[in-house]
Amino acid sequence: MSQIENQEHSSEYAPVPIPHSEVRRSDVSPKQAKYQQRLISLLFGLSMLCAVIFVVAYVQIPIDETVSIPFLGTWSKMNTILGLSFGLGSFFIGAGVIQWAKQLMSHREMVQDRHPLRSPDDAREDAIAQFQQGAQESTFATQPILRRSLIGAMALFPIPLVMLLRDLGPLPGDKLFNTMWRPGMRVVMDVTSAPIRPSDIPIGGIVSAMPDGLPEVQEHDGNLNERAKSVVLLVRLNPDDIVSQQNPEGEASWDYEGVLCFSKICPHVGCPIALYEQRTHHLLCPCHQSTFDLADSGRVVFGPAARDLPQLPITVDKDGYIIARNGFAEPVGPSFWERA
Amino acid sequence: MSNAIGNFASGLDDRLTIASWSRRNIRKVFPEHWSFMFGEMALYAFITVLLSGIYLTLFFKPSMTEVLYDGSYVPLKGVHMSEAYASTLDISFDVRGGLLLRQIHHWAALLFVAAMSVHLVRVFVTGAFRKPREINWMIGLGLLMMGFLAGFSGYSLPDDLLSGTGLRIAEGIMLSIPVIGTYLSFFLFDGEFPGDEFISRLYGIHILLIPGVILALITAHLLIVWYQKHTQYPGKGKTNDNVVGYPVMPIYAAKAGGFFFVVFGVIVAIAGVITINPIWGYGPYMPDQITAGSQPDWYMGWLEGALRIMPNWETVAWGHTISWNVFIPAAVLMGIVFTLLGAYPWLERWATPGDQTKDHNLLDRPRNAPTRTALATGSLTFYFLMLIAGGNDIIASQLDMSINAITWVVRIGIFVIPPFVFWITRRICLSLQRKDRDLLLHGVETGTMMRLPHGEFEEVHAPLSEEAKAVILSKETIEPIPYPEKTDANGVKTPHYHLKKMQAAVSHWLYRDAVPLPSAAELEAAEHHILESAEKGAPVMHQMRQLEAEGGVMHDPSAAEADRAAGVTVPHLDAEFDQKAEDEKGQQAD
Ligand code: HEM
Ligand code: FES
Repeated sequence: MSQIENQEHSSEYAPVPIPHSEVRRSDVSPKQAKYQQRLISLLFGLSMLCAVIFVVAYVQIPIDETVSIPFLGTWSKMNTILGLSFGLGSFFIGAGVIQWAKQLMSHREMVQDRHPLRSPDDAREDAIAQFQQGAQESTFATQPILRRSLIGAMALFPIPLVMLLRDLGPLPGDKLFNTMWRPGMRVVMDVTSAPIRPSDIPIGGIVSAMPDGLPEVQEHDGNLNERAKSVVLLVRLNPDDIVSQQNPEGEASWDYEGVLCFSKICPHVGCPIALYEQRTHHLLCPCHQSTFDLADSGRVVFGPAARDLPQLPITVDKDGYIIARNGFAEPVGPSFWERA
Repeated sequence: MSNAIGNFASGLDDRLTIASWSRRNIRKVFPEHWSFMFGEMALYAFITVLLSGIYLTLFFKPSMTEVLYDGSYVPLKGVHMSEAYASTLDISFDVRGGLLLRQIHHWAALLFVAAMSVHLVRVFVTGAFRKPREINWMIGLGLLMMGFLAGFSGYSLPDDLLSGTGLRIAEGIMLSIPVIGTYLSFFLFDGEFPGDEFISRLYGIHILLIPGVILALITAHLLIVWYQKHTQYPGKGKTNDNVVGYPVMPIYAAKAGGFFFVVFGVIVAIAGVITINPIWGYGPYMPDQITAGSQPDWYMGWLEGALRIMPNWETVAWGHTISWNVFIPAAVLMGIVFTLLGAYPWLERWATPGDQTKDHNLLDRPRNAPTRTALATGSLTFYFLMLIAGGNDIIASQLDMSINAITWVVRIGIFVIPPFVFWITRRICLSLQRKDRDLLLHGVETGTMMRLPHGEFEEVHAPLSEEAKAVILSKETIEPIPYPEKTDANGVKTPHYHLKKMQAAVSHWLYRDAVPLPSAAELEAAEHHILESAEKGAPVMHQMRQLEAEGGVMHDPSAAEADRAAGVTVPHLDAEFDQKAEDEKGQQAD
């Protein structure tokens, strides 16, 4: 390798090299320089090889084949090889270039002056004077009527922009206050829509349920909005274990022979609640661990939820199937401003 | 320069004056330090996210229309789902390399926010946000916030069970905003949650609006860095008025360009082997289904934690409900954190004497700004406690603890542990300052004892290296702004007395207790003393080095003679090294 003599170019803008005591091995030893040259070109060569592997893997490996990687589990073979070849192909280029810069490019520290960011005083004054000249010529200051009416116009100008957003959605109205639950509506199994008899649920059991006809409502609305608020859970407790329920004083209790029906939507921020502990009759929300005691009016016993889990009053119809005695007495799901 | 390139450049210059710009910038000097790489890393992760995201748009269908899945992922065949989810499954299972690109996009997004966060901490603890760089500090905060939004809007797109749950929580949070919350939610979701518009609305925000804003902010950020020139750490020959480092062409360009390929390569390789967001395992979103242990991406974890540990306060008054339990941790907290971050540079400037005009181009060593460093560690502790709270269910099940206990530990911990960490950090910083002062006054302890003629033992001290001395001497000793007098000598009331008192109080809080550097006279005396010790100790040091080389055995000179006579060779590293250097010189001459 021929040692290129560095010809110093200097100008008022060029940085000045500072005398450097650090000498690289590759600066003094041609053997070392040669070694670095080989190493770096090897890295670039490996990168080329990676590109070839990528193409071969893309064409050859069936997309559904898997490999087993220690600690990482079974995993798509194609993804593994494409990722490693593409990734390493890139990595080798980067490593090679950095190594080149560190070992073979002229690696002298240099120094350059900083210049104050602040403009010189005369420049500032000149700028201000020019601005003032412009301002004066604009007559903005001497035309108060024009100025004020322009400000007025500019203030009203964005109104259309805001107005245009109006049709993003309907007004809330009373939507958040109501669900599709009506008196006499059957409480049916989630998924199968099968009606449920109290005896279908063993003591200590819990089932996910929904109002009869929810799939049709969903179909009709073309969305999952109703599902997001009207799904419920049926639990059956030993009637002696029930401490309290949400029925107002004087009204018959809202269970049916120990079967209780609660909203499945967490009153915190709306996750569906899923984890039931039979022994304590506690229901735990997996999102932020609010815990509700189903034997005690769905009371919050732990966590960030502020309100009890709403209870749905139930009874059975003439065929013995569980039905709602009424809709929810309060809005279900997260709290909102309009809620009293 | 070859003719074709020369002509091209000349033509460009005719039209755009590029030569005048280039002569000032081609050899612009950039300081180098490992801690400067995080900002670069964020940039490269963002470029990766852009490129992989564009690829994903070719296949992803941002629609909530219900379809029957008919792709090659068997467990979900025949399941009803949104087109968004179905197309994400297609990208994962039916497009060759599609899964890789999805994973690249997601890993790069995680790294993007992570690198920005570390970069922010670096900038904070070294005082790089000080004048003239406050504007870039604000832009950086904007970028971080945009990063959160970009990530959240991204992982909400595939419409799998996890992303839908995240959206449900987001909607619950919106509802908690007093007065306008319900309207906001209804406008964004086109009615009630989840509606059938949201994914396509989010899509535009995710692929156009947010990346556009980020791109604009990054451009401004980099232009300003370029224009103001990078800060540098203190060291020999480094001043507030110069930049020491490597020229853009070739070293900085090569290293930075190479580093892009390294960052990109590492992201892609990780995406090749480590699963991220396996949406096929979660199933399509159903508002009545949930998986236990659902976790957001890491950067949302602290907000999730805040949401979990907040006491369940709610106010109902005059027919309205305010959900403090949601609004405070999910909205107010973020607002407070970013307001404090944004206000800090201005606050520090206000409380630092003489800081109104000064430019800061030399970075602080964290120990030399104890209160600021302690603020950083205290805040980070707060942040990590929140993160822990965000994983309380996972920690509970892994460590077999009760969630209840973890929650209470964190609830109390966030008020106790950060102040404690603050206090300890300040202590450590101040003792490091004391150590620095000792180094200046007494030099480096060599660990070698010498026996003085009168029998006393003394440790040999060596002078500090020029570099180390320059680093320590870079410290500015700042006297806090003095407390104002209520009235001056003539009994005239000090104007703005209370404001000035506050300013002085903040100033004392920032700068009290600093260990002053030795005076010039002290330094000179110390230097003299250290040199003397080193000189006296030189023979001892030499002997010690020899000793080490010979395995630490003190030889009687006659014993060495005997060894040599018996043909025992004692390895002598210095000699070996000298020989090697000779060899190489010889080869070079060939
Ligand atoms: C600005 C920074 C960005 C961040 C932090 C980000 C983050 C994310 C994340 C975390 C996901 C979920 C990926 C998954 O696991 O499925 C995602 C999805 C997606 N992103 Fe981005 N993204 C960004 C910019 C972009 C850009 C610029 C585009 C396109 C021009 C884009 C296109 C997409 C598409 C199409 C999806 C859905 C496809 C899928 O989920 O597989 N993103 N994004
Ligand atoms: S959504 Fe149930 S605890 Fe937060």
